[in-house]
Amino acid sequence: MISLNNISKKYNMGHVTVNALGPVTLTIHKGEFVAVLGPSGSGKSTMMNILGCLDRPSLGEYLLDNTPVHGFSRTKLARVRNMKVGFVFQSFNLLPFATAYENVELPMLYAKISGKEREHTVKHLLEIVGLSDRASHRPAELSGGERQRIAVARALANNPDIILADEPTGNLDSKSGAEILNLFEQLHADGKTLIFVTHDENLASHAKRIIRLLDGKINQDYTQN
Amino acid sequence: MHFLLSYLYEFRHQKLRMFLTIMAVSWGMANIALMLSVGEGLYQMMSRGMTGMGEGIVVMWPNQTSMTHNGFGPGKPVRVTEQDIHEGEKLPLVKAISAEYSGWSVQMKTADKNISKQVRGVYPCYGVMRNLIPERGGRFLNTLDEERRRRVIFIGNEIRNTLFGEESNPVGKTIWVNGSPFTVIGVMEKKFQTSMYSGSDAQASFIPASTFRTLFNRTYVNIVLLAPESKENSKDAQEAFRSLIAARHRFHPDDKELFHNWDTFETQEMQDKIFRGLQLFLGIIGGLTLLIAGLGVANIMYVTVKERTREIGIKMAVGAHPLLIIMQFLLEALFTVSIGGALGVAMSMGLMALFDLVPLPETFINVMGRPEPVFSGLIALVCVTILNFVGLMAGIFPARRASLVDPVDALRYE
Ligand SMILES: Nc1ncnc2c1ncn2[C@@H]1O[C@H](COP(=O)(O)OP(=O)(O)OP(=O)(O)O)[C@@H](O)[C@H]1O
Ligand SMILES: [Mg+2]
Repeated sequence: MISLNNISKKYNMGHVTVNALGPVTLTIHKGEFVAVLGPSGSGKSTMMNILGCLDRPSLGEYLLDNTPVHGFSRTKLARVRNMKVGFVFQSFNLLPFATAYENVELPMLYAKISGKEREHTVKHLLEIVGLSDRASHRPAELSGGERQRIAVARALANNPDIILADEPTGNLDSKSGAEILNLFEQLHADGKTLIFVTHDENLASHAKRIIRLLDGKINQDYTQN
Repeated sequence: MHFLLSYLYEFRHQKLRMFLTIMAVSWGMANIALMLSVGEGLYQMMSRGMTGMGEGIVVMWPNQTSMTHNGFGPGKPVRVTEQDIHEGEKLPLVKAISAEYSGWSVQMKTADKNISKQVRGVYPCYGVMRNLIPERGGRFLNTLDEERRRRVIFIGNEIRNTLFGEESNPVGKTIWVNGSPFTVIGVMEKKFQTSMYSGSDAQASFIPASTFRTLFNRTYVNIVLLAPESKENSKDAQEAFRSLIAARHRFHPDDKELFHNWDTFETQEMQDKIFRGLQLFLGIIGGLTLLIAGLGVANIMYVTVKERTREIGIKMAVGAHPLLIIMQFLLEALFTVSIGGALGVAMSMGLMALFDLVPLPETFINVMGRPEPVFSGLIALVCVTILNFVGLMAGIFPARRASLVDPVDALRYE
């Protein structure tokens, strides 16, 4: 379902070209639970951003559900981000002026989901992440762990098959981090495809497949028990 | 809903800046509206004052010859007679013509008052030419008065005030003019007059020319009042009358100095030019203020978009259509400008109301009337359009740029 073929990302910095990623060739099937590890600067975020259609590769092919999204227009990519993948950031990236409820609702507004259905879904998602009682709180009134759970709920809004998370626990204490991972395991059990970046070997051990990056290339890629 | 939310959020977090923008816009708006309105008010007042003396007339003072002709050297006085005026009436370009005989300090007496004022002997057509409108219950001189040398008198409103008291109706009462009894037939309605050649009409009285000649034993008119058929042939009409006089009096046919002429068409035109110039000047100043306000809006929109790049990034990351992002910022710019514009209009209206309360010197008001600023919807429309345009321009470029970067770049922005 996810297929990267010789994907690379280069940055032109004056006369030097920085090779941030690749070439990377990789296939991830539906329902997989993948942890991406690697030292700082190894290209993890770069790869995740390309997978999440937040960024476009310099070279290579990206097939998402057999559709070549690497050539998509900005408008089409917006639609992919809206419907097909949910992205969870290290720094949450919630709208500060909107309530938890409204933040979760946002992707559905863009998908033009009816009001009734939105309400039903938001309530359901807040329940899943255990924050039904925080619906009317703004991000500033929530703890880090709670913010990240709202962000996960938002990622699930349009019921995408794929959830991508770039160091979702990076800004959290270990207890909150464990809660997020719990959520992920639950989503994995529900059949979602999960890919998350972490520096924490312990958290990575919960995943079924480990991909280790080094200098923008896949160094190790293996499945564990 | 979402738009309003983020706008209010922005407002709360950028209180000072938003406040300043709105103030800048409303100030610019109020400025231009006020200036144009006051300019327009002044212009209208001046036009009214000018027309107080009458519209489309030429005042002609008989002068003296300047050329030798038929053995007479220059310097021979031009003496216009009743017969000359009647010949002038037949000229094709002349719509109306009236003699004006003036008596400067004429004794006017009633039972208990005795004053010395100006009395003029004029034709019935003089009333319309010089905009002398009778108050209700009175009338101006008519042809029968003229034909029968009636002793009737039409008086200025201030003469009435002095002799009979304000608001009184003296029609039918008697005034002794130079010892002869005259019946009052009308009082001039109060008017706003800035142009005059022999004092304010409010301070003058008018009797039939025929009566005047007998009473004061006059043969020659002091002033000829001529109304040409139209503005375009005013010069030709004056020339026709001058030629007529030259021929009848055997002056040199090309002697241009026979009359001193005051052409109100010319005065009107000049005044129009001056005030259109003033209006333009005020408009430019107002426009510059507006432009500065517009630059303020532009600057704030620019900063706003920059500061909210992250918000743009978040929205795009969860799938917002790029156009939606641009729309949001445009709406915000429009909203800000509209609030500022509305405030500005309210402000200028308020200032204009205040203007009414300013104590102006009594005499000024008496002579000029109260100048009223005139606010036109067109002025408001122009201002709002300019401001909106500037706001849009200011918002559209940074917003477009923000919506054109990949979400990662927008999110990376701190
Ligand atoms: N916008 C950019 N311009 C230039 N170079 C960039 C840019 N973004 C990333 N890079 C470079 O690409 C490389 C990979 O960066 P990336 O953020 O993917 O690493 P990472 O594995 O996520 O590291 P970390 O664990 O610190 O988050 C780095 O060398 C980085 O300096
Ligand atoms: Mg990273």
